Amino acid sequence: MVQYIIRRIIATIPVLFGILFVVFILIRLIPGDPCHAMLGEKATQEVCDRFIRAHGLDKPLLVQFGIYINDVIRGNFGDSFRYGIPITRLLIERLPATIELSLAALFVSILVGIPLGILASVKHNSWIDVLTMLWANIGVSMPVFWLGLMLAYVFAILLKGTPIWLPPSGRLTAGIDATPFYDIWGLQLTDGGWKTFLYFLSNLHILNAILSANWALLGDAIRHLILPALALGTIPLALIARMTRSSMLEVLGQDFIRTARSKGLPRRLVIFKHTFRNSLLPLVTVIGLSLGSLLSGAVLTETIFGLSGVGRTLYDAITARDYGIVQAFTVVIAVFFVLINLLVDISYAYLDPRIRLE
Amino acid sequence: MAEKINKTTHLDKEGLSLKSVSLWQITWRRFFKRKSALVGLGILSVLAFIALTAQWIAPYDPYQPLIGIEPVQRREKPCIHLLGCSPDKPQHLMGIDGNVRDEFSRILFGSRLSLIIGIATVSLAIIIGTVLGAIAGYYGGWLDNIIMRVMDVLLAFPSLILAITIVTVLGPGIINALIAISIVSIPAYARVMRASVLSIREMDYVSATRALGGSNFQIIFRRILPNALTPLIVQATLGIASAILDAAALSFLGLGAQPPTPEWGSMLGAERNQVFTAPYLVFYPGLAIMLTVLSFNLLGDGLRDALDPRLAHVSG
Repeated sequence: MVQYIIRRIIATIPVLFGILFVVFILIRLIPGDPCHAMLGEKATQEVCDRFIRAHGLDKPLLVQFGIYINDVIRGNFGDSFRYGIPITRLLIERLPATIELSLAALFVSILVGIPLGILASVKHNSWIDVLTMLWANIGVSMPVFWLGLMLAYVFAILLKGTPIWLPPSGRLTAGIDATPFYDIWGLQLTDGGWKTFLYFLSNLHILNAILSANWALLGDAIRHLILPALALGTIPLALIARMTRSSMLEVLGQDFIRTARSKGLPRRLVIFKHTFRNSLLPLVTVIGLSLGSLLSGAVLTETIFGLSGVGRTLYDAITARDYGIVQAFTVVIAVFFVLINLLVDISYAYLDPRIRLE
Repeated sequence: MAEKINKTTHLDKEGLSLKSVSLWQITWRRFFKRKSALVGLGILSVLAFIALTAQWIAPYDPYQPLIGIEPVQRREKPCIHLLGCSPDKPQHLMGIDGNVRDEFSRILFGSRLSLIIGIATVSLAIIIGTVLGAIAGYYGGWLDNIIMRVMDVLLAFPSLILAITIVTVLGPGIINALIAISIVSIPAYARVMRASVLSIREMDYVSATRALGGSNFQIIFRRILPNALTPLIVQATLGIASAILDAAALSFLGLGAQPPTPEWGSMLGAERNQVFTAPYLVFYPGLAIMLTVLSFNLLGDGLRDALDPRLAHVSG
């Protein structure tokens, strides 16, 4: 197992280099000189000269790439001309919203998708099955941004004044107390890595609320998260339900299930232990792939719901032509995606011992 | 079970009468048995009809603001005579958009662009992907290695994120969006084609062609490609669906089709801040996108089940 994991990690390294190379080349292809592309149209000659020297832009392309990789490995993505702060800091600030949103969406899609798929397969060809498949087909065909806007309209306008009213934008109600948990715990922190890390954690509002026992904050954060998570989770939900169903159906048709049934084992045991466990493998793949659509969808969902996450920032950077951010954020999103796929591969080997031996 | 037996006897009868059934005939027969696939085909036929006849069936010019022509307001509610809207007022089935144009006419014209984008991007991606996949699978070795590693890197990006980055570099616009989505979808076709080539390459009829002195070009395009078509067709149909969805997303973000072009994604994007006051201007373009994507998805699933006999028992 350990050997397999090491082999998979080593196989990922060239892909990571490839990602860096593609993004590096893409940004170099932007018309105009790289200095004004990265620092904005208003950068003066003096600033540009310094920038060109710092990044070795007067050297051959391969050397530039080497310098770039060196910077990225040290976590240095340069400064954003728009915000005037290091891009790495911006990332630390914006990542929590995206992580929270993606996990919530994934949570929704797995929690609803898998039971729905199991139900549809067990009641094959019943009306539950037909409805699930219909819903799954519609779900994968819906534009995320449309679903998000329609959900916001229904829950924020049509249901205004009812108890299930939900806020259509933002992560928290303005003015709510969201003191970081480390302040509540009374930790004395000096600036540095630890503080940055704790600051990052405290920006995950739900985690922060639990750690600081701030239940008002917890409720508010969850209420703000429901609509975006529903919008973003629908496509993965549909994919997961569909895959659970077909994968279950395949296993249900096999001989050992008939044996289990004819032995007189309880129905529940046959469905959950014999069938579901054996249909997990394709399911893990779909969940891994869905995370890609979650990351893509985050750009759209965050834009609609006014969440200041990675996706929203990327979109703003594109409109403002802040290529430094575009470059850094694209790399980070792709690296996340690759790491997720790595995890999927490893869990594959965990679930199916045959794969490790290949 | 009973159905299975019937099927066999049915085929036996045909065998006795010496009437041969081609792969396509079997496929069509299976395809037409699936209700969902037929629904997909039905929606698509209506869409294609609308796209072809938009200039005759649309009640208004999609580009012409109606200020001074009709007594209508910006973002006016839909007025449908059958549903009780006063007959004195001009009929606007889906309301008036932010530039005082008839939303319904714009939706009808939007079908053109969506279908063209979907088909064009996938055609471009298929041509490049198939050639790359064929080369990689047929020649193998370092060529295969280089091509497939590049494809791996392209696949390592979430597709919409890569498309967004490419459009950022090329500049916004419908053609650039089309190119970006094509590039992003190339790896899928390259992989499908390569896998097919690898399995077909060793077949006897390929060796026979080689023995007869057929060129590599002939072997790839005359012997291998026709036999690798079925997975490509399925992939392409499903690919059109996701291409339309991605193109709409790019236009929504302002990176694809630019106003005043009647394109669903950009129409939706232009009115998205008005969703609370004029929800119909957001609802209809999105519904149109969904129906189009849905029709290709249903069609693709139906084709896959019809073309792949192994899946027959799973399909419901």
